[in-house]
Amino acid sequence: MTLPLGVTFDAFTDFGFWTSVGILAGTYVLFTLGLQLNVGYTGIVNFGQAGFMAIGAYAMGVLVVKAHWSFWLALPTAVFIAIGFGLLVGLPSLRLRADYFAIATIAAAEIVRITALNLRDVTGGNQGLFGFDESWNSLSDQITSWLESLGWSDPEQLFPLFIVVWVMALIATVLLHFATKSPWGRVLRAVREDEDAARALGKNTLAYKLQSLAIAATLGALAGFFVAINLNFLTPEAFLPAFTFIGFAVLVLGGLASYWGVAAGAIIMWTILEGTRFIDLPISAEREAAVRFMIVGLVLILLMAFRPQGIFGKKEEMVLGD
Amino acid sequence: MEARSVPSAAHLPLRERLRETAPVRLASRYPQRTAAAVIVVGVLILVARHGLHDVAQTALNGLTLGSVYALGAVGLTLVYGILKLTNFAHGDFLTFGAYMAFLVNVTWGGPLVLGIAFGMLATALMAVFLEKIMWGPMRARRAGLLQLLLMSIGLAFLLRYTIQFIWGTQVRALDVNVTDTAQFLGLRIGRTDLIVIVIGFVTLMAVGLMLKYTLLGKRMRALSDNFDLAETAGIDTSQIVLFTWIFAGALAGLAGVLASEVTNLRPEFGFALLLPIFAAVILGGIGDAFGALAGGIVLGLVTELSTLEIEPRWKVAVGFAVLIIVLFVRPQGIFGKATAI
Repeated sequence: MTLPLGVTFDAFTDFGFWTSVGILAGTYVLFTLGLQLNVGYTGIVNFGQAGFMAIGAYAMGVLVVKAHWSFWLALPTAVFIAIGFGLLVGLPSLRLRADYFAIATIAAAEIVRITALNLRDVTGGNQGLFGFDESWNSLSDQITSWLESLGWSDPEQLFPLFIVVWVMALIATVLLHFATKSPWGRVLRAVREDEDAARALGKNTLAYKLQSLAIAATLGALAGFFVAINLNFLTPEAFLPAFTFIGFAVLVLGGLASYWGVAAGAIIMWTILEGTRFIDLPISAEREAAVRFMIVGLVLILLMAFRPQGIFGKKEEMVLGD
Repeated sequence: MEARSVPSAAHLPLRERLRETAPVRLASRYPQRTAAAVIVVGVLILVARHGLHDVAQTALNGLTLGSVYALGAVGLTLVYGILKLTNFAHGDFLTFGAYMAFLVNVTWGGPLVLGIAFGMLATALMAVFLEKIMWGPMRARRAGLLQLLLMSIGLAFLLRYTIQFIWGTQVRALDVNVTDTAQFLGLRIGRTDLIVIVIGFVTLMAVGLMLKYTLLGKRMRALSDNFDLAETAGIDTSQIVLFTWIFAGALAGLAGVLASEVTNLRPEFGFALLLPIFAAVILGGIGDAFGALAGGIVLGLVTELSTLEIEPRWKVAVGFAVLIIVLFVRPQGIFGKATAI
């Protein structure tokens, strides 16, 4: 079926299209769950999530490629490095007011990216870092042959990644769901609602905020691994602050204080972002890229103006009022 | 958040102990003098290591960059102080002003001065337009901090990528002579850099005098200091809000044009300047107009002087490092009051 402007919907019936959208959306579920825990449940405005993603991805890549570590050992180590970095950033800056914290975290994330760009001997800089994904590829092949044994002939090449990303995203969603319902989660919400009151009840609020940030760093690092595997290489370009803001667009699209909203927001956002690639507008690729980001900007502005709680969020949970 | 008053974390005792030592007490009582002393000592060390000529030459570049930062910072800090809006789109105001100047100066072939004037005017008008359709209505609805913060990020995306849609990602340049240099006191300075320094400093002086002595300037600072009190005292706040946007927009437009001569004109260059401008604002004390001017100049100087000691490709990180150090050591900035944090 063909519409004016050459819009075709063939892509939307293409399995490969949905696999790649699904990988991006699943990666962003992990990425944005961290933001949800920080912003939606703890009330700390983390603008440095792309930095945690970068730290995790580069720590893994450098350990495997330069230090010749095993991939499976490098993954948890990289998570711990990301957590360490989160604590390092959080300890001095969580004492500050929300907007100062936002600026401090985005600056920290930019320092990571600029370091990755400039420390060429270690990170490959703009040339990129290659060759960390051999172990992944063999796992991917195993999953593919398992899929074939189930009777699926010639499965999509990226489908194993899709499966692993979404299994991780679902596990993280369920774990966070229960963690937030636990007494620990109730303290987080108390910190969000009224930090002084929580402190008056004897809670060490800084410790809770640091734990929230550390979990966000973990999720950021996990998202970073999948970005790295999906790209096959690492480049500082993949960790621009713009990606944090896409995460925020996903967050408010799905709604604050709703973990399932994150999944919905990520799927909607990446279907729009990737779907626009197939609208055959008579404009250059550069302009199409610009249009995609203009959409992100408009989504943010319109949601904040007319439905700040997002699609699935609850208005009474949106309490970053002052 | 008010964590400072309550010792809630393990690291506080160490901070308290440090705060008790005489040099730290003295430094926190006289922050401006301490900052000046640190800079003077730093410059003297650099002179001893690299010679007066090199330091002076680099400092000249620092003043060029610093005037761009200061022009951007003063608008950002007033908007924050008066409207309680942390405007993440401010960097893209710089980009907008520069492309408007490009439109007049290159596309239409007009003189540079006309381009600069148009860039300032267009950015000021855009700022007023956005106040009318976005910020004013959002304030009337008592929108929260996060709402406004994310809205400004949405606006930043919309501005930046609309510019990219129209002009593309290729590097553009204004119609200026970049090879011509002037000599004075044995220092070499590009003609365009000279233009940037002269225009930048004349404007900064005018801005400083205007804030200090005119009624409008005093009212702006009064509002920035305490909005409710100023309103109770009978100041027409809605008028001052409009003037603040005109002021912030025009200065951002100018900063954008000047920066585009120093660096290059790309859709994302303004956003890249935003974090150093934030650093200048925080260094000066957020909401403090004079602090922003001083913070901008200091940050420009420190950034350029750092190239004497470290490789220039790390230069961009200096602004961020200064930001983090200031937030750690003295989050209220050199001029600010501790109560605000």
